[in-house]
Amino acid sequence: MNKIFIIIQREYLSRVKKRSFLILTFLTPLLIAGIYAFMIWMMLKDDTEKRTIAVLNESELVEPVQSSEFTTYSYLQNTTFEDVKSNMEKNGYYAILVIPKNILQTKTAELFSHKQVTIEVKSNVGSQIRQHIEKLKRAKIIAEANMPNLEEKLAATKTPISMRTIKFGEDGEIKQSSTEIAMGIGFAASFIIYMFIFMYGVQVMRGVIEEKSNRIVEVIISSVKPFQLMMGKIVGVAMVGLTQFIMWVVLTGIIITVGSALVLPGVDMEALQQAKTVAELPAGAASLDAGQLKMAQDILGTFDFAYVAGIIGAFIFFFLGGYLLYSALFAAVGSAVDNETETQQFMLPITIPLILALYIGFAVAKNPESSLAFWGSIIPFTSPIVMLVRIPFGVPIWELLLSMVILIGTFLLITWIAAKIYRTGILMYGKKVSYKEIWKWLRYHN
Amino acid sequence: MTFFEAKDLVKQYAGHKALNKVSISVPKGSIFGLLGPNGAGKTTLIRIINQITGPDAGQVFFNGQPLKPEDVKRIGYLPEERGLYKKMKVGEQAVYLAQLKGMSQKEATKKLKAWFDKFDILPWWDKKVEELSKGMAQKVQFIVTILHEPELLIFDEPFSGFDPINANLLKKEILELRDKGATIIFSTHNMGSVEEICDHIALINKSEKILDGPVEQIKKKYRTNTYEINYIGEFDKLDQVLKSDFEIIDQQKGIEFNTLKIKLNNGSTSNELLEQILPYLNIVSFREIIPNMNDIFIRVVKESKTI
Repeated sequence: MNKIFIIIQREYLSRVKKRSFLILTFLTPLLIAGIYAFMIWMMLKDDTEKRTIAVLNESELVEPVQSSEFTTYSYLQNTTFEDVKSNMEKNGYYAILVIPKNILQTKTAELFSHKQVTIEVKSNVGSQIRQHIEKLKRAKIIAEANMPNLEEKLAATKTPISMRTIKFGEDGEIKQSSTEIAMGIGFAASFIIYMFIFMYGVQVMRGVIEEKSNRIVEVIISSVKPFQLMMGKIVGVAMVGLTQFIMWVVLTGIIITVGSALVLPGVDMEALQQAKTVAELPAGAASLDAGQLKMAQDILGTFDFAYVAGIIGAFIFFFLGGYLLYSALFAAVGSAVDNETETQQFMLPITIPLILALYIGFAVAKNPESSLAFWGSIIPFTSPIVMLVRIPFGVPIWELLLSMVILIGTFLLITWIAAKIYRTGILMYGKKVSYKEIWKWLRYHN
Repeated sequence: MTFFEAKDLVKQYAGHKALNKVSISVPKGSIFGLLGPNGAGKTTLIRIINQITGPDAGQVFFNGQPLKPEDVKRIGYLPEERGLYKKMKVGEQAVYLAQLKGMSQKEATKKLKAWFDKFDILPWWDKKVEELSKGMAQKVQFIVTILHEPELLIFDEPFSGFDPINANLLKKEILELRDKGATIIFSTHNMGSVEEICDHIALINKSEKILDGPVEQIKKKYRTNTYEINYIGEFDKLDQVLKSDFEIIDQQKGIEFNTLKIKLNNGSTSNELLEQILPYLNIVSFREIIPNMNDIFIRVVKESKTI
C-alpha cells in the first residue's frame, strides 16, 4: 500500500510540475474570464461614435427617423443622390439613407455607405421607420373606426407573458428552474467530463508507453506488482485532473469576482440578490423589467446551494467513474504497443463509445425523458457523460444509484481485465500485437 | 549451503514452453552463471525469481523458505531491458526507485550520494537522465540495483552497453559484493565473459537445463585429456616412437616453434607422455588443453540433440 502511494506521488508530482500543466491550469481561467469580460464589455459598451447620416426623403413621411445623442440625421432637400454621394466625405456623412417615394408599398429603404454600416445603425434606422409607419397606420385606423378610447384599449391588449418553469422536488417541494440553464449546465459538465476522460486517459496511455519504451518498466515491477504500477499511475493522473478542475473552478471564480468588482462596479453580486427579492413583489411592480428579472430569478432559483453541491458531487463521481473505467482501457492499450503510432487500431473501440456518448448527450438535452436518455445513462460506457446531461433536469434516485453501481461494477471488471493485458503487455517488446494475441494474454495465469 | 533453489519449474506460454522442469540450486555467496543462447528461457526463469511472473508448476525457495512477495526487497535485479525516466532528474529518480524497494527517502539519499561519489557521477545528481551518457546511465542503474544491499543479486547481461573500462569497474564491484556475502545470479549468452567470475553455472537450452555444477567440476568432466606441446626441432617419426595410447590429433609447424596436440587414451598420464617424448624433443611448453565454456556448451547441445 505504501508503495502504491509512492507511485501515485511520483505520477502526480511529475505531471503537476510540468510547465505545460501550469500554463494550461493558470491560462485557461484567465482565458475564460477574458472571454467573459470581453462579452460583457461588448454588451455594455455604448456605441459612442458620433455619426451623421444624410437622409434623402422622397416619401410623404415626415422625419421618420429622429436624431439621437450620437447619431444625427440631417434631412437634405433640393439635392440629388449623385450630389450627396460625391460630397459625402467633405460633409462628413457616415451613410446616406434613401427613403423611396413608394416606401409604403415596397417596404424597403436603402442605406449607402463606403464602409459596412454597423448592425446597431442598421437596426435603429429600420425600427424607427417601422414604428413611424405603424404609428401612422394605427392613427388612421383609429380615426376611421371612431370609437372612444380605442387607443388605450389597443394598448391594453399588449400582454407580455413570461414563462416561469417550476419543478417539483423529490419531497414535493416546488423549485424554480430554468430549462435553458439546466441544459447549459448539463452540457458544460458532460463536455468537461468527455474532455477530461480523453485528455487524462491519453496521458495514462502515454505514461505506460513511456515506461515501456524507456525500458524502465521491468526495473520497477521487480519491486512492485504490475497492478500497483498501473493503479498508481491511473490514480496519480486522476488527481492531476481533479487538481486542474478545482484550480479552474477556484481561479475562474476569483478572477470573475475580482474582475467584476473592479471593472463593473455597478453590476455587483448584491444587485443580483436584490433582483431575487424584487422578483417576489407583485407582478405589476416587477413587470417593467420582467425579462431581465426573470433571468436573474431563474439563475438564483436554479443555483441554490443543494442543487449546485449536488451537481458538483455528481460531476466528481461520474468524472472519476468514467475516467477510471476508460483509463484502465487506455493503460491496457499503452501496454500492448511499443510506440504511440501503433495505438490506433486499439483506440477505436475506446473512442467510439466516448464520442457516441457525447452525441447521445446532445439528443438527451433536447429530450431528457426518452428511453435513449435512460439507457444512455445506465450503460457504463456512456453513463458518465449522458447522466451529467440529465442530472440538471432531475433524475429519479433509483436510476442514479443504479447507474452509479453499474459504473463501479464495470470499472472493477474492466480494471481486472486491463491489468491482465497490462502485465503481459509491458514485457512484450518488438512485437506487433493483434486482438487475437491480447485474447491469449487474458487467459495466461501469472 | 544453498541460498536459492528452484525445483521443476514449468512455464507455458501460448504455443510454446518457456521452461520445462528446470531446477537450479544456487549456493550462498557464489556467483552463479545462468548460460544459454537467446530465447532459451533464462529471462523467464529470472522473472519467476523476481516474482514478475509465476511458474505454472514447480517451487521456488529463498533462503530455505518458499519465496514470498516481501522477498523482493532482499533481491536486486538489473534486467537486460533496462532504462530510466528520461525527463526525471537523476538523483530524484534513484531515490524513487530505492523507495520502491522499501528504503526511506533519507536513507536512500545518503547512500546514493556515497555511491554516486564512488562512481564519479555525483555532479550529475540534479541533471536530467536524458543528459547522461549511456555509460553513466548504466552506472546509475547498477547503483540502484545494489543500493538496498540485497542478499540475492540478479544481473541479466550486465556488461552490455559498458565500455571495457567501466565493464572492469563493474566486474570488480560484483566480485566485491560476493566477498561481502551476497549471492549473485549472472545471466548471459556470452559464455566467455563468465568463465572468470562464475563459481557455478547452469546451461539452459530450448527451455531445458542441460548441464549444471561448479565450473571447475564441469571443466574437469569435459576435459578431453589433450595436451599441447610447443617444441623446437624436427621430429618426423613420432608415430613410430609413441605408444598407441597417445593419439596425435594435430601437428603444425610454426616460425618460432612447432606445435603438437596429443590425446591421452586408456588412462595413460601426462608424465608417461613426457617421458616418451623428452629424448626426442626440445620442449618449450607443455600444457593441458582445457575446454572453454563455449566448447562445452556446443558439445553438450550436440549431445542433447542426439539423445
